[in-house]
Amino acid sequence: MTQIFAYIPYKNGAAEDIALEFPSAAKKIDESASLTAVVTGSGADLDKVVEDMTGIYSEVIKVDNADLAYPNADVVRKALANIIPLDAIFLTAHDTFGMDLAPGLSVKMDSSYAADVVDFEGIDGTTLKAVRQELGGAVSTHMTIDIASGAVMTVRPGSFAPVEGGSAGGSVTDKSGDAGDLSAKRKFLEIVEAEVGDVDITKSDVLVSIGRGIEDEDNIEVAQELAEAMKAVVSCSRPIVDAKWLEKSRQVGTSGQTVKPKVYMAMGISGSFQHLGGVKGNPFIVAVNKNPKAPIFQVADVGVVEDILDFMPELTEAINDL
Amino acid sequence: MTSIIGPASYKFFGIFPAAILSFVLPIIGIGLFAYIIARRIAPLVRANPDNRFDQIGGRIKNLALVWLGQIRQPRYMLAGVLHIFIFAGFLILSIRSTTLVIIGFSDGFTLPGFSGVIGDIYNFFKDYAATFVLVACIIAAIRRGIIKPKRYAVPEKYGKDHTAEAVFVLGIISTLMLSESLFEASELAYEFQHSGQEHFLAPLSLVWIFKGMLASAPQNILQGLHIFTYFVHDLAFFFFLCFLPLGKHFHVITSVFNVFFMRVQKGNVKPVMHGVSDEDLDDLESFGVKKLEDFTWKHMLDFYSCADCGRCSDQCPANAVSRPLSPRFITIKARDLMFKNYPLSGEIYKSEMLVEDIYTEDEIWSCTTCGACEEECPLGIEYIDKMVDLRRGMVDEGMVPQSLQKPLKALEKRGNPYGKMEKKRADWWAKDKEFKAQYTIKDLAKDEADTLYFVDSITSYDDIIQDIARRTSIILQKAGVDFGILGKLEKDSGNEVLRFGEEMLYQDLKEQNTEAINETGVKQIVTADPHAYNALKNDYTDLPPVKHISQVVAQKIAAGELDLKSCQDPDKVYTYHDPCYLGRHNGIYEDPRQALDAIDGLTRVELEKSRDRSFCCGGGGLMLFYEPEEETRMGVLRVNMAAEAGANVIVTACPFCLVNIQDAIKVAGKEGQIEALDFTELIEQHIA
Amino acid sequence: MEILVCVKRVPDTAENEFELNGAGNDLDRDDLVYSVNEWDNYAVEEAIQIVDKVGGNVTVVTVGDDESEEVLRREMAMGANNGILLSDDAFEGSDGKGIAAILKAEIEKGSYDLIMTGAQADEGAGQVGGMLAAMLDMPYASLVNKIEVGDSKITVGREIEGGNQEMNEMQLPCVLSIQTGINEPRYVGIRGIRKVAKLDIPVKSASDLGVEGVGDAGAKTKRVDYFVPDLGDGAEMLEGSTDEIIEKLIEKLKAKGGL
Repeated sequence: MTQIFAYIPYKNGAAEDIALEFPSAAKKIDESASLTAVVTGSGADLDKVVEDMTGIYSEVIKVDNADLAYPNADVVRKALANIIPLDAIFLTAHDTFGMDLAPGLSVKMDSSYAADVVDFEGIDGTTLKAVRQELGGAVSTHMTIDIASGAVMTVRPGSFAPVEGGSAGGSVTDKSGDAGDLSAKRKFLEIVEAEVGDVDITKSDVLVSIGRGIEDEDNIEVAQELAEAMKAVVSCSRPIVDAKWLEKSRQVGTSGQTVKPKVYMAMGISGSFQHLGGVKGNPFIVAVNKNPKAPIFQVADVGVVEDILDFMPELTEAINDL
Repeated sequence: MTSIIGPASYKFFGIFPAAILSFVLPIIGIGLFAYIIARRIAPLVRANPDNRFDQIGGRIKNLALVWLGQIRQPRYMLAGVLHIFIFAGFLILSIRSTTLVIIGFSDGFTLPGFSGVIGDIYNFFKDYAATFVLVACIIAAIRRGIIKPKRYAVPEKYGKDHTAEAVFVLGIISTLMLSESLFEASELAYEFQHSGQEHFLAPLSLVWIFKGMLASAPQNILQGLHIFTYFVHDLAFFFFLCFLPLGKHFHVITSVFNVFFMRVQKGNVKPVMHGVSDEDLDDLESFGVKKLEDFTWKHMLDFYSCADCGRCSDQCPANAVSRPLSPRFITIKARDLMFKNYPLSGEIYKSEMLVEDIYTEDEIWSCTTCGACEEECPLGIEYIDKMVDLRRGMVDEGMVPQSLQKPLKALEKRGNPYGKMEKKRADWWAKDKEFKAQYTIKDLAKDEADTLYFVDSITSYDDIIQDIARRTSIILQKAGVDFGILGKLEKDSGNEVLRFGEEMLYQDLKEQNTEAINETGVKQIVTADPHAYNALKNDYTDLPPVKHISQVVAQKIAAGELDLKSCQDPDKVYTYHDPCYLGRHNGIYEDPRQALDAIDGLTRVELEKSRDRSFCCGGGGLMLFYEPEEETRMGVLRVNMAAEAGANVIVTACPFCLVNIQDAIKVAGKEGQIEALDFTELIEQHIA
Repeated sequence: MEILVCVKRVPDTAENEFELNGAGNDLDRDDLVYSVNEWDNYAVEEAIQIVDKVGGNVTVVTVGDDESEEVLRREMAMGANNGILLSDDAFEGSDGKGIAAILKAEIEKGSYDLIMTGAQADEGAGQVGGMLAAMLDMPYASLVNKIEVGDSKITVGREIEGGNQEMNEMQLPCVLSIQTGINEPRYVGIRGIRKVAKLDIPVKSASDLGVEGVGDAGAKTKRVDYFVPDLGDGAEMLEGSTDEIIEKLIEKLKAKGGL
């Protein structure tokens, strides 16, 4: 029987959303597989997450060690290599921690490796079929992964349907004693918080979010006017911050803020998954882009093919006239 | 005593001959001056070569008009007229001053030919000259010292204010005028008292006034004044001579050379290194200007020659929108560095990287190469070539902003700055089904034609600008021109690639285009893009003649081969915006206007800044990718100018102007009030 | 400090439109433009800046075919001192681990204090750096956006969620994968590349390196095909005149609480 272990990332005692997505991913790998959540850390936060995971997973492994209090990938990797069976399938999120942890873990466990998987298409013998994207999402590929001696894989957050949690009644196994030597040549120092800007985009129900389509710093005013009309706040994608047109605190995406608005107006945003990774809570997405092939139209609820520089002022005017 | 004693015969305290002093003073003065000039020439000797002894006819013409004729001065009326007076006065008085120096040791000396009537006529004019110069100096001093026009202000980041030096020099000039007049007046008053003989003097001239004032002065006072004012003049004269090369008044000496050596041909860019052919560029150790000595000697002479009048920066669009560029200080900072590194005595300092030491990267990238500064400079100081040379240096060092690296790489790989595929270069024709059904465009890779329509990148690839390509094709077809395009063989003309300092990439584009064009065997090239027009005409060599579409239209109208209907919107007020690369760089001002005026019932107004004073829209080519620090956009200022002129349609003849002005209309919030239209659109709509 | 930067020649995402070939199983590669992987370019710039400060050498290495020499030259034109091309038919079809194993063999022949890769490349896996570190038993950090060099230790900032930066102290030698934005890579023009055109770039084969079990046969992860995914319904596209679109949009926004 296929054994699958899912590493649960969490922050401040709350598991990331992907904890609800691993069960769906595991089912797509193998309906009959056993699935175990792995939670590492120390103290109350760890206990809380372990407790929460028993509601989602039937089996939860807990690894409690002061050295794991902060998830330093070089340390966590050592612990996991001692705890996860070498021929098992190990899943973690394709996030900044997973990217740090997983490739090396696959070497330590001598397992196959696949990164940023967006879909699984089942196992045939010892071959797992998976789907991923390449070239910044421009094309998809089918992959075959030999799982005979296990596999380490990162899955893209948001790609698998979240399950309902709360009633699994899972059992907890404490494997703290198996973690082994956790000394490492990489030492975590501190988190330097991003500068907090004048506006907290995470608190707004409506976001007017701008991307490359804004073309020029001076045009941001046009978005600002639309936001005012909608009683919304202006956020943006990474290129706008890279160009220093808006401060970092306005950036939505995996390397920026995670937002959960009710309505998300994607203006001139192409819709890379790094950007969409920061949009949570299933908002109503309106996409306006002059390129009809922009990937944003695949995820948006409503799409308009127009130049935002023409469209936004007219929309602003129409809203103001209401 | 019958006559006043001149300086040549005068003895101080009755024993010491003044002639010795008036002999020694010029020797010291000229000696010191020669030494200073030698030190000033030192950097020019180490500079890079320049080719300024060609096109002698053009150079003499510039000398006659720009230097002697001062034709650029009245573009700023008050300052210009004052300058003309002082300049003309200096020319006239130079003879008198030379004579005076010699009079110091040779009584009653006159230059050969100046003894008779000619001398009298000369004296009449020089008396007025001195008077006018003095009056001009007083007005100028009031302007500089009290009114203080904004143009002369020195922003803090660029150094100290220059007003004190300016007023000081006006003071010296006034001293020269006053002492010269008093020297003469004292002699004439003395003579009149003695002999009653009356000389004819120019009425109301300084001498005339002073003579009147001194008419009854005691003779010993007149004698003393005569000698005193002589030496005041002599001292002031040689002090002035030696002071000139120490600051902005060096132009009094250098202007004649600077104007003679100034740019004669327009629209082109200097080669990387004079004397090194394009094929041998690979052998050069370094490209462009990195350190002071990398400038050419003429460009160094430019730095010496700047009079700090601020006209360049007053016309500079980058300066107008508060980009970190002011052409005036490009020159002044370099001159300050030359003075610092090449001091009048002692060791010459090693110069450092200019971009870092005195310039910033943004400063050098801020220039749109519109040429407004060069057009204005009364001394023929150049800026575009210097900007290009500085950029060549920066490109060679890898100092290129990220925003420009992407389009440059795309140009290298795909031949256009957008990174679009070569095979889509003719999509403006193929993709518009309606247009394609109606018009066939020949591909010169397969077909033959007399004329090549060179489309260039923005018109080939930009969704909105592609319209210019379609309109141009219709115009050419209706005017009976047999034409075709290069299609995917066409590469970006490279006008901005060259001007942004990426020489080797430009060479590459030029070679590919030249080969493709000459392969077709066409007899002429037409383009609707002034940047392409400029590159093909002025930068490329060995191509068939190049015409802008506005020239073709104007010629066809004149020849009766193209008829235009009456104006479709007779209620609108049109204005024509001169694109820099059509107007200033290539002198095409009238053809587009004639074409517009051929539309019956079209109301056209002129912008205040038009023709050679046109105001850049923001720049084309790679400039569209550069993200400058600026307070507003050039285009917005331009749209406001059109609004002030009462126009509601801005017609331009350049795709980049169209893009910039269309955007600026939105930013300025003038949508619905003003629209921008390309020349080809207007003409095509009105073809009968 | 001796720094090795691993680079890769990839299709340039900025200058290509990706389409599938006629058979639908591979990209239409006829018109593709290749260049150095963007992340790698930042890594090389960072390496050059470190060496400018503390001295040493920058070596760039790639696993690829003859055409990959072009990207090594470009990085050498930027200022890398040496280039090494690891090329052999036996390398073809290697998966991430195969590439890491080939690089490891070369790295063990030298003595490097710091090894860098880009955070990810065309495949978007971001795997080789982490694998290399594990194979060499060196500390590793991914998504590095800041490096401060000290004695035998370096301080490294990683880009993490929320725009925050995670600071770590790492012992040398170590492996870092570099995120874009860590610096502003310098420009390399045609002239720069021509200047280094004659520099020798050694080419090493599988036998030179003594590696086995790489290439297609050794790959446990394989790409079967390329496809353009059927992404389901996608957005409801509003059509008509701008006024009509705006009218429809406002209705929807009202219903969803956007107004």
